[in-house]
Amino acid sequence: MEIFEVVQPGLLTTVQDKGRYGYQRYGVSVSGAMDGYALLVANLLVGNDEGDACLEITVLGPRLSVLDDTVVAVTGADLSPALNDGALPMWKTVRVCSGDTISFGHPKRGCRGYLAVAGGIDVPVVMGSRSTYIRSRLGGLDGRPLLSGDRLRRGKTRAEVSLKRLPPQYIPEYQAENELRVVLGPQDDYFTEKGIHTFLHSEYVISAQADRMGCRLEGPPVEHKAGADIVSDGIPPGAVQVPGDGLPVVLLADRQTTGGYVKIATVSTVDLPKLAQAEVGDRVRFLRVGEEEAHRLLREYDQTIDALRQYIRRSQSDIGQMAGTDDPAI
Amino acid sequence: MIYERPRFLSGGDRALFVEFGDAIDPELNRRVRRLLLAIQEAKLSEVLEAVPTYRSLLVYYEPRRISPEELRAKLKLLTQRTQAGELPEPKVTEVPTVYGGEYGRDLDFVAEHNGLSPEEVVRVHASKAYLIYMLGFIPGFAYLGGMCPRIATPRLPTPRAKISAGSVGIAGDQTGIYPAESPGGWRLIGRTPLELFHPEADPPVLLQMGNYVRFVQITAEEFSRIEEEVAQGTYRAKESPFMREDESGDI
Repeated sequence: MEIFEVVQPGLLTTVQDKGRYGYQRYGVSVSGAMDGYALLVANLLVGNDEGDACLEITVLGPRLSVLDDTVVAVTGADLSPALNDGALPMWKTVRVCSGDTISFGHPKRGCRGYLAVAGGIDVPVVMGSRSTYIRSRLGGLDGRPLLSGDRLRRGKTRAEVSLKRLPPQYIPEYQAENELRVVLGPQDDYFTEKGIHTFLHSEYVISAQADRMGCRLEGPPVEHKAGADIVSDGIPPGAVQVPGDGLPVVLLADRQTTGGYVKIATVSTVDLPKLAQAEVGDRVRFLRVGEEEAHRLLREYDQTIDALRQYIRRSQSDIGQMAGTDDPAI
Repeated sequence: MIYERPRFLSGGDRALFVEFGDAIDPELNRRVRRLLLAIQEAKLSEVLEAVPTYRSLLVYYEPRRISPEELRAKLKLLTQRTQAGELPEPKVTEVPTVYGGEYGRDLDFVAEHNGLSPEEVVRVHASKAYLIYMLGFIPGFAYLGGMCPRIATPRLPTPRAKISAGSVGIAGDQTGIYPAESPGGWRLIGRTPLELFHPEADPPVLLQMGNYVRFVQITAEEFSRIEEEVAQGTYRAKESPFMREDESGDI
């Protein structure tokens, strides 16, 4: 069923789900939502499966005509979403009707917003995923960002649509200064002691060369022992590559599957959304954690998600009381 | 160098590297492949995906189902058990290629750079089978080993903005095929009509790690015919069992 017509596509709006797994050994990048948390929450708020396809909206958002009555949720960066003439509240289930217009204004904080619609954005599944990978023209809408005139379809609604607002503890506040927890390796032994010290005790600035593939940082160069080249190996998400100029590059969703630069550390999974939302000029520091601590952080994240799922399930029974207000976010 | 024992290296909180050495070496590469096949055979449900390269296997796992210590122990055991194991017989995939002219704009440069005639460059390039060490960089791109140093040529100083899919090139002492149209700095010596990456196919790639590639010179007319068959989905790439002499080409 058709749900949106694209009036203006915005700067870079793509269809993304949780990513394309199982094909990296053929050279196919994972891609998927840069901010996995924001994607998951947007989907939960409209009754979707957690990894369903949403629109990932980059800095300047699109203008969409709504073609059918449904519910949507906008999460992630605050890019001033609007429903017709009023603000569209974020991190909430919002009812929209055929003929409405969803648009975005001035970006306030963060880089990437997520718009979920009940049933998920329906584009063909390519190698197990609907995610757009622009460089190889895979997935999404013919492997490209949205264009004016595109008509988007939605999938079958999975659950009875439930209307919720999210308690504040589940809504992240994106900061201009971030600490990124890292586990050292796989090639930390390719750096001098001084190099490791520089990496762990300096402030780095997000450069303008930051996209879905990776985030290049500016700051004090990290010293190698003897060059930056290695015999190519795989690249996990959050890998911090340090090429010859000594400036770290954190590799993200659209990273190449393999590469030949040394990798000093890997950013912990739970901190990757911070990078997805970091703006040019924002600052980061790397904090070393052990493998055990990194796994403890993952468990903590899982507990948060479990609590969130339960909250959303519970709140289904409250729909009756909340309906009937004038607030579009019920 | 091949390490005496594989090294287990951190890839963050969801992945770990099993590194067998730090060189480009067929035996080292076979060790990587043995572990990949062993993992696939053992159907480890905790392992989500494994990415083989020249010298290591990057193992993505589900940290909610297994601790890294347990996974390391399991992988160690699998490695020990399979170290001398048999691998499937490699196949040689023929890659029909038109050399020179509009198909390979840099053939004359490669010849001149190496003090050879263009015909000799073609003869050397097509004289042996190249081992596929790994796939990476972009979907379907095969890292091939063993090109004769007599035709080695440095990359272009400035990469071209657009290279056609199927272009066959040389970069330093490596040769390779561009699976898709992309920018690139390789010296182009020819072009194949074969499709190296096809998202709807299973597997989605023509060339597979552990097999070999042999370039076979064809004419422009044959190129058009094969291109047509590929477009219609009727073309089957020629494959043959790998023989020792396949690897010993013109030195």
